[in-house]
Amino acid sequence: MVNAIPASFAPAVSESPLVKRLLIGVSVLFLGVFLLVPLGCVFAIAFGHGIAAYLASFHDPDTLSSIRLTLLAAGIAVPCNLVFGVAAAWAIGKFEFFGKSLLISLVDLPFSISPVVAGLTYVLLFGSHGWFGGWLSAHNVQIIFAVPGIVLATTFVTFPFVARELLPMMSAQGNDEEEAALTLGAGGWQTFLKVTLPNVKWALLYGVILCNARAMGEFGAVSVVSGHIRGLTNTMPLQIEVLYNDYQFVPAFAVASLLALLALATLVVKSAVEWRSAVLERGTK
Amino acid sequence: MRKSIIPGFGLTLGFTLCYLSLIVLLPLAATFVETSKIGWPAFWHIVTAPRALAAYGLSFGASLVGAAINFVLGTLVAWVLVRYHFPFKRLLDSLVDLPFALPTAVAGIALTTIYAPNGLFGRPLAELGIHVAFTRLGIVVALTFIGLPFVVRTVQPVLEDLDRELEEAAASLGAGRWQTFARVVYPAIAPAAITGFALAFARGVGEYGSVIFIAGNMPMRTEIAPLLIVTKLEEYDYSGATAIATVMLLISFALLVGINGLQRWGGGRAESDAKEEPAMRPAFGLGG
Repeated sequence: MVNAIPASFAPAVSESPLVKRLLIGVSVLFLGVFLLVPLGCVFAIAFGHGIAAYLASFHDPDTLSSIRLTLLAAGIAVPCNLVFGVAAAWAIGKFEFFGKSLLISLVDLPFSISPVVAGLTYVLLFGSHGWFGGWLSAHNVQIIFAVPGIVLATTFVTFPFVARELLPMMSAQGNDEEEAALTLGAGGWQTFLKVTLPNVKWALLYGVILCNARAMGEFGAVSVVSGHIRGLTNTMPLQIEVLYNDYQFVPAFAVASLLALLALATLVVKSAVEWRSAVLERGTK
Repeated sequence: MRKSIIPGFGLTLGFTLCYLSLIVLLPLAATFVETSKIGWPAFWHIVTAPRALAAYGLSFGASLVGAAINFVLGTLVAWVLVRYHFPFKRLLDSLVDLPFALPTAVAGIALTTIYAPNGLFGRPLAELGIHVAFTRLGIVVALTFIGLPFVVRTVQPVLEDLDRELEEAAASLGAGRWQTFARVVYPAIAPAAITGFALAFARGVGEYGSVIFIAGNMPMRTEIAPLLIVTKLEEYDYSGATAIATVMLLISFALLVGINGLQRWGGGRAESDAKEEPAMRPAFGLGG
């Protein structure tokens, strides 16, 4: 310890400035090398040949159709999981019943499954050799190597996000306010909209944002069910792979830069929600 | 227990169970049923083939190394973010979650470009004789990136709640700073750090998107287990893919049970001032 006062008089409850600077230095270096450099790399290569080349990347019809498909898949998967998340959080958060903790584990299950395995499970159900494959082809319905499979795979991997954010909030709020509203004559739906929803709206927003970021960025599960048909079943992450493997680096990183911006926007919203809940917590104390 | 006057239990629970069964349980059941059709000898033959064993070994080994790097440096980052003040601290704190939010394919091509032999870090490292991209080292780099937020985000809230008086007491009893850390601080944050380690490890084992670009994907050498499933599927070897997937699923379930146990252990220790902080949990899931 490099203290002016002998250690016996001044208990060492903080590190010497030298150690402090060293620890900060190592941390910043680690975060810089692993986070800032890859992030910077995406934009540096996307704009490496000028803004005109960057914008030209988005004239490719296959790229445009991949953007449309990603928006479509997220546009279906996120609302479905939002409705599920609210229903699951209401059932689990507001009531006591047998098997509750098992149900919570099952809701979390898709988080711990490799996305490739998730994609495979749908191939086994709906693929041409799968359980429903015969019936589906007899009725001319294609799910695997088509848009419905991509939507299903996206729904699977983003399944728990909204429920997981809402559940702790709903159970922490308790039932008192809802019971008061119901006693005063409010209907169930009215109680949910006017009492429950305002209490959990930030957690809900946060869950939806996370769900959306993952839905638009999912790679492994979608890759297995997509079949990689250019212009038809490639989402943005799959289009990045196609372009990158074709050595079209500027277009690949241009598409990647859109997803990186989405990631940054997600982090901004996350910080804002956390800051807000910290302010609210301080306010109630 | 008195009957709750809150409505909607039947409706919401019914919908939850239906949706859960359709989206998650039915596909998983299909996997196990298809596996059982393969028969035990054929199953054992597939899952213990040298190429499959090499793939599990690589997925496990690289995830273990990546999680270990994050265990040490993630704890350090959490410490620095909680205890010290320095410029751009808030910004770096927010950026820690980047690997959760950034699509894995984007991370994959960015890391590959940086560590390729003509890349920003790849070139100087190649001159030193260290090759990262298209080797096992590259897989470790990708899995370190993917697992980075877990340890930081599990240790951070525990450090914030840690009573500084304990450290003062240790110091006034004559402990040095390092001794105080090792004997007082570390035991308090260890359950959280180990949970973060396990989460990063579990995520790494199933990871696909960020790894396949940087890995080189050579069978027996740089082929991870999820890639082996994809390769078998592309060869229309459905039973091979299903068998390997079942092994991965069983590993995932075992890790899930282990992590739940760890969290209960950590939660039990921090019972005294247990407050639920949902926003601080790593909530972006495992996999990618």
